[in-house]
Order: sequence, then structure tokens, then C-alpha cells
Amino acid sequence: MRYILRQCSVLQCSPLSSGLARLVSGLFTVPSQLMAFYEGIMFDVSQFIPPEVKPAPTRFRHGLSKFRIVIGKNCDNCGLCLNLCPFGVYQPGAKRPKAGKDFLCLGPACQKNEFYCIARCPKDAITMNPNPSFEVLGDRRWTADLLASTWYMAETGEIPYQGLNYKTGDSGGGFDKLRLVFPPNKALDCPDEDICLSLDLNRTGDERPSISLPIPFYLGGMSFGSVSINAILSRVRAAAAWGTFCCTGEGGYPDDLKPYDDHIITQVATGLFGVREETIQRVRIVEFKYAQGAKPGLGGHLLGDKVTTEVARMREAVVGSSLFSPFPFHSVYSVEDHKKHIDWIKATNPRALVSVKVSTPNDVDMVAVGSYFAGAHILQLDGSYGGTGAAPDIAKKNIAMPLEYAVPKVHKFLKEEGIRDNLTLIASGGIRTGYDVAKIIALGANGVCLGTADMVALECLRCHNCESGRGCARGIATTDPELTQLITQDWGTQRIINVYAAWMKQLRFILKRLGITHIRDLVGRWDCLAHLDYIKAEEIEGELE
Amino acid sequence: MPVKYHIHTAPVPNRFPTVIRSGVIAWEEGCLKCPKCVKRECVYGVYDKRGLDSRLMSDSLDSLCKDCFRCVQNCPNRLIHKALNPDYKNLGDHYWTPEIISKLWFQAETGRIPVSGAGYGGPFSGSGFDAMWTDMSEIVRPTRDGILGREYISTQVDLGRKHQALEFDTLGNLLSPPYPSVEIPIPIIFDILPWSPPRDRINHTLLRAAKKINTFSIITQEDWHPSLQRYLNHIMLYLTGDPEGFDKEILKKLRLIEIPDGLKVLEIQKWLKGINPEAVIAVRIPLNPQAKDRALELTQSGLEILHFMADEFGRDQGEAPLFIKDRIKEVHLHLVKNGFRDQITLLAGGGVAMAEDLAKLIICGADAVTVDIPLLVALECRVCRRCAEGIPCPVNIAQIYPPRGQARIRNLIAGWYNQLLEVMGAMGIREARRLRGEMGRAMFFEDLEREIFLPLHKRN
Repeated sequence: MRYILRQCSVLQCSPLSSGLARLVSGLFTVPSQLMAFYEGIMFDVSQFIPPEVKPAPTRFRHGLSKFRIVIGKNCDNCGLCLNLCPFGVYQPGAKRPKAGKDFLCLGPACQKNEFYCIARCPKDAITMNPNPSFEVLGDRRWTADLLASTWYMAETGEIPYQGLNYKTGDSGGGFDKLRLVFPPNKALDCPDEDICLSLDLNRTGDERPSISLPIPFYLGGMSFGSVSINAILSRVRAAAAWGTFCCTGEGGYPDDLKPYDDHIITQVATGLFGVREETIQRVRIVEFKYAQGAKPGLGGHLLGDKVTTEVARMREAVVGSSLFSPFPFHSVYSVEDHKKHIDWIKATNPRALVSVKVSTPNDVDMVAVGSYFAGAHILQLDGSYGGTGAAPDIAKKNIAMPLEYAVPKVHKFLKEEGIRDNLTLIASGGIRTGYDVAKIIALGANGVCLGTADMVALECLRCHNCESGRGCARGIATTDPELTQLITQDWGTQRIINVYAAWMKQLRFILKRLGITHIRDLVGRWDCLAHLDYIKAEEIEGELE
Repeated sequence: MPVKYHIHTAPVPNRFPTVIRSGVIAWEEGCLKCPKCVKRECVYGVYDKRGLDSRLMSDSLDSLCKDCFRCVQNCPNRLIHKALNPDYKNLGDHYWTPEIISKLWFQAETGRIPVSGAGYGGPFSGSGFDAMWTDMSEIVRPTRDGILGREYISTQVDLGRKHQALEFDTLGNLLSPPYPSVEIPIPIIFDILPWSPPRDRINHTLLRAAKKINTFSIITQEDWHPSLQRYLNHIMLYLTGDPEGFDKEILKKLRLIEIPDGLKVLEIQKWLKGINPEAVIAVRIPLNPQAKDRALELTQSGLEILHFMADEFGRDQGEAPLFIKDRIKEVHLHLVKNGFRDQITLLAGGGVAMAEDLAKLIICGADAVTVDIPLLVALECRVCRRCAEGIPCPVNIAQIYPPRGQARIRNLIAGWYNQLLEVMGAMGIREARRLRGEMGRAMFFEDLEREIFLPLHKRN
């Protein structure tokens, strides 16, 4: 099997177009017996059929748009705008049409089009202005444009056309200063399916199973307690549909996840909340969380308000009392201790791969080597922009280095130590788009781990109030029974499936323009990147994007 | 084991509504009077709790709203919007940003440290203190669990001169007499405010707070007033005028005295020591490109504390101003190189705006840090600098009730103290004294860019 996967070539990447496709397309409504059947054959990534994209519109009455369209009182309801707009911005109304979907509008860029409704309206009744609410959204990392484009991808599975910047944010460094360099005359002219995005997780050469993902990422840990059960299940089911994994986070393994055992990474973190022998034996990957990018050097916080009866039962704690995980593992003060930990997991579950999640201190390269020799299959570097249910702002901003430094540093060091090919390096913490995925892989990661992007797909708008009171007003990061009901699992699953469908399109588009057929060939390709502070566009042959 | 240092806090509400980032705009016209209005469904109940401050015409709606956008997205006729508040954007300046000011307000009001959900949303890095990160320990270097109290992290520092080595005679008697020294439990001293409304009540407020948290506040000679006598243990007197004209009885009781740098520094120091040998004397020196040479010279002449001051944006006085952290680093390393660092105490101030700046400046070589503008911000200052032009203060700080102001400053410093513990804990450092100059526990933007991003462009 491993041989086949390593050889995963252009031909083997083409999907089957049989009844299987239809079966898989309805995956997230398929009963668990069928899931099990499907998983039996899923190991061969070349046969993987991606889940079907289906529309998953916003849960709210109106989407949030960059431009606001108002139809004035002089409208005579002639209906021309309804017919003109190819994007479906307008819906019929009794007195006049409604611009109910102005988030689909091209904005001022539409002026050049023949169907530009504002110019064509016989009564001059349509006005378009920037939406003041839109300016309130977002921050330097996740700009309003990035949020809106992610929402669009989650709704449609397509790459936005509205002129939103869906490639970079506004952080002024790292990802937002790095550009992919598309060399001239190298672009591949082949169908999307010929580009392989698979990721092998076990490179150690040990006797443990080889796990390959058809896509270059899995989903990161969010504990039961920090996010709602519906949000967890949406993520897990989307991960299953994409043939990948989703981590439980620290906080136990809710019974609702049992049908998806083969797609779960269970986390062992410093508080050991909800960790039992049985939960470790259930899964194919176990993750040790040594640290988290959002609060490196500090333990987890779950504030008292969120510790409901359910959460308390799962974590074997007291209702309403804040839960703090210690830092660090008080049983690990050396690489030898670290190895003991990993051996303990390996003995408890002989088929599991072990992942080690660390953040990005100055000596992260040494940590990486230590983890490899302790027996880890996967090393996850969690950078300082990673998500959290609650963390001190001082920690998020100041402690440990940004991911964009840590990945090339570790990649280079592992190469020098001659073990780069034996360890799977996963990057997480601040990856927002398919472009970020490509950039971090080119910097040296094998794949990535995602979290915030899922939250945004579920219509998180990064108000940063996950931790207070009843939790997230939008029903994502909450354990409040009423707010939890704001998300249905089917809707949430589809939104996450869709967003990653769009990312896969982005990635294939990027790889083709780089002239690369397999994403593994992008790993550590620093020559595919340019940092705008150090090189000028005219000094580079090729297009920058 | 000594009693653990702890600052007790209690919320102290604002006197004036704070300026917030965005406001709610809700139109009445066109309202459909839905039986189930989105305003009733607000998770935070902001519309139910709504109140109008008649004096200031400000709406509680804006301060309670948490930007969840549910009403904005669900009102059928789209009558509710959010908009950025231009007053917020205009708070402070490029250095004292609205984000910094509002976080300082939050800490002064609540005594809590800012905690939030979701990942960091700020810029990749920036100038000044934002061009460095503090390190943490992973796996093999245990961190200190100071927050939950299982391991005690000490933030105490000593101010004064120290011997490079102790000398003994053949009988084992100590030949080096100990220098006077002042201990403060937290490496923060309150500095002279660069501008403020009349300082009468403000000085009382600062001194009450200094007493509460057991540190010092620098009071200038012209601000001295006999009513301040009850705070003598917490006053660091800055003798700007003629020292001989100052009440000697007071000078005898002071523990810290500061004098400006100048030709007569050694003379004045000697004179003061003659009056009060137990007092520790500091020299206030403007930070400039010559700072490192001056520091070495004064250290060699036997001074005790050097207090380097940058301007309120953290810049030194050079032609191309260097940022305080970089200049202090230079001073510190120069003293280390010449073998004098441990004999002198370095204080540094100017541009210290957040708790992290405190930790970072100590890492760059300061023993303790002096803080000014954040203390005013704790008293609800908006950094509008109108007072500097003689225009009345919009939040009337001159009339602050000292016990209330004290509690606000205490809250702010408690927040900084707890944040200092967070970063020290993550770095695995148990003592603020050992944090000083510990640049191995920090990462600098320039170094990382040179190490990581520059090699990307070595194209063949």
C-alpha cells in the first residue's frame, strides 16, 4: 500500500466516476454502517472521491456585504435589475425589488459591465455605498475581506469573484508579505484531478500503519466545552467526508463521536481532562499537546461559565468552576520523559500514530529533533496566531515566534540532521486560505492543521468574545443549550466541506501554475516564494501572487 | 518563606463613559414592528438594558454591544447597522493607540488582565517593543507555574549600588561595607508625568497608589508640598532646583532621591550622602547615543542608580532616534563588556505602554522600569494632550478623588503584575532579577528576519 501511495501519480489521482461517487457524495447523511464500509476502502487516496458541494446559505436573514445596495422610492418595480444581475443580488418584492443578497454584488468593479444595474435603472433608483457595518468586521489577520470570502466559499464551494482579497490579510509581515512566484512557461495544462494533494502521516518506517490523507490537512483540536457539540460534530463529519481527521482537543471524547472513531485524533494534554485508556484505544492518531500557539508556556483555561453539567461530567470536574490545565506536563522534563510518554501511548494503542503538538520557542528546532527521537510520527508546530477559547492577550501577542519563522527553521534543521524525510511536519496557527497552505508548505511543512477557518465557515466573525458569559452569540463557541441550537450539524458539515472544496481548487490552481503535480514536491521549495521586503517584483522572473 | 506579594483588586467603574470602537445605528423609520423583534433576542440583552446618559448624551447600547452582528443580519428591513466610532480612531496617536488606551482602561476598571477568545488579530510585528517576542520553554525546560501559585515567581528588585565581589580580611571580617539598598516588590516606579492637568490631587493619587503597591512615585522639587510628608517612604524626590534650598529634615528621611545629570552630579551626590547616607541616589539622564559611555563613566565614579529617559514615544535624542529597548540594550551590553554591569542599577522609562513592554525592557537590560502616561490613562485620560496646551481636560483628571484614583492605578498595576507573571512563567524565569538582560529568552524581529527570510532569496 505504501508503495502505491508514494507512487501516487497523475493517473492514480483521477477519481472513480461510479456509483461510489454518489454514495460518498451523500456521506454526511449516510448511516454509520455504510461509513464503516466506505472507510474500509478509503485508505487508498487515489480512489478518494471528494464530497459533493451543496449550497449552504447563511443562517441569518442577510449576509454581510462589502457594499450596500438601496433601492429608492422612485422605483417603479419594472424588474429590470432582477433580470440584469447575473449574480442574483435582487429578489422580487411587492413594492420594489429587494437587494437581499448584496454580498453577491461585484461593487463598483461592475461599472464596466453592460449589466451594471445602477447605470441601467430607468428611474435612477439604485444606489450603492460601502457598508459601514463591514468596516467594523475583522482585524489585521482576518480582514473583513477574508471573512467575507470565506463565508462565500462556505456557502458555495467556489472561489469568490466579488473583488474581495481572499489571498492575504493585512498583518504586514509573514504570510501577508510572502508571495508565491509563478514561473513563466511552466504552468501545467491538465485537468484539476491530475494534481495530487495527498499527505502521508507516517514516514518513520516503523511497523505502524501508514495513514494517508487525500488532502494536505486535518482539523485541529477544539474541546467539548470550548465549542458546542454541534460545532464539533460539524467539523468531525466534514473531516470524515474529506477523508481526513479532526482532533478532540482537551476535554474528553463525547459519545456522539463514536461513529467517527477512524477520523478522530484524541488529544492528551496537560490537564488530562477526559483522557482514558479506552479513548486512546479507539483512535488511529493520538496527539500530545505540549503547548498551544495562542498561549505558549501557559495551560488551557476554561472559564467557569462554560463548565455546564455536561462538560463537568466529561471532564470529571465541578459545574461552574473554572478549569485550568497546568503547564507543562509535570511528568515531562526531558526528552527521555517525553519518550516515556510516547511509549505509554504506543503500548496502550499498538496501531496508533503519535503526534506531538508544540508551539514555537527559539529552540523549536531542537524540540523537533527531540520529538522525532522520542518516537513521534507527526510534529505539529502551532504558531502564535492560533485559535483559542480564551487566552491572555499578552500571551497571544508576545510569546513565541510566528509560524512563518518556525517552519523553515525546523525544516532546515531536520534536513541537516538527516531526518527530515522521516517526520511529518504539520503547521498550524494562523492559516487562513489555500494560499497560506501553499506558502507554509513551500516554507517546509508537509501539511497543515486548521481550526479558525472552520469557525469562520460556521459564520464566526472573530468578535473575540468566545470566553464571556454564555459564550458565542453565534452558537459556535458555547455550551449554552439554547445557543447551541443555532447550528445544525448538517448545515455546519456542509459549510466546512464547501470551504475546503474551494481551498482544494485554490491549491490545484496554484500547483498547476507552479508546474507541480504532487503537493509533496512543494515541501521546502523556498524558490517558489518571494518576500516583498527583500526582493522587488521586477527582480523576479514570473508572476507574484 | 516570605509573604507572597499580591495586589488585591476590586472593580472601579469609570467616571465617564469610555470611548468605544464602534456604535450601533438603529433606524426607527421603516420598522415593521415584528412580534419577535431581533432587539429582544439579543444574547447580551443590550437593548433591554439600554440607558441614556443625559449629561453626556451617550448611549449605553454602544458600550454593551459585543459586535455579534445578529441583529444587524436578522432585522428584516435591515434597519440596524454598526459603524466605526470616529472618536475611537482619534484617541491618542500613532504610538498611544486606541487599542492600547482602551486596554489600559479595561485593566484600571476591572483589575483583570485582558483575556479574549480566538487567535491574535494584530499585526505580524511592528516597531519598538513590537519588534520582539518573549520566549517560552517547551518540554525540556520546565516553566514556572506562577499563575496558579504552585511555584512562587518573585518580581522583587533591588535598587542601589552593589559590590562586584565581597572582600574579607585574613580573619574573615567583611571589608566591603554594604551599600544602602531599596527593595521594591515589583519592578515599576511611577515617573513624572510628561503633561497633565494641575497635579495637586494627581500627586496624592499617585503616592497613595505607590504606597498601596509598595513602590515609589517620583515627585519633583517644585511639586513638593508638606502635605506629602505622610508618603515619605514612597517618594523618590527629584531635585531639579537648588538642593541646598530644600528642607534638610525631609532629605534625611527620604529613601530615594533623584538628581539631574550634569557636571556637578558627583558633588551633589556626595553632599546628599553627607546629609542622608542611607538614601540611594539616582541620576536622571536623557537617553541619547552617548548613553553607553556616560553610563560607564558614572558607574566607574561610584554612582548608584542611572535612570535613562526616552521621550514619550520611547525615542532617544539621537538625530535618527533609536528606540529605548535598543538603546538600553546597548548601554547594558557596554557595561557587561566592561565588567561593571552588576555594580549599578539601571532604570529606564519613556514609552512604556503595556505590561509586555515592562518585561521586554527588563530583558533588554533595565533592572526596573518607570511608567508615566499609563498612570494617567488609568485615571481615564484619553491622551488628547489638551492639558499641555492649557485646554480643560475632557475627563477632569485634576479633580480626581485620590482614593478612587488610587484604586484605578492599583488595578492597572495588578493587571501588569499578573501579566508579568504570565510571561515570566512561560519563559521559565522565577525572579525578575534574573530576567534582567536575559536576551536569550527573547527573539528579535531583525534577527529572525535575517535568519529565516533573507536566505529565501539566495536564488541560484
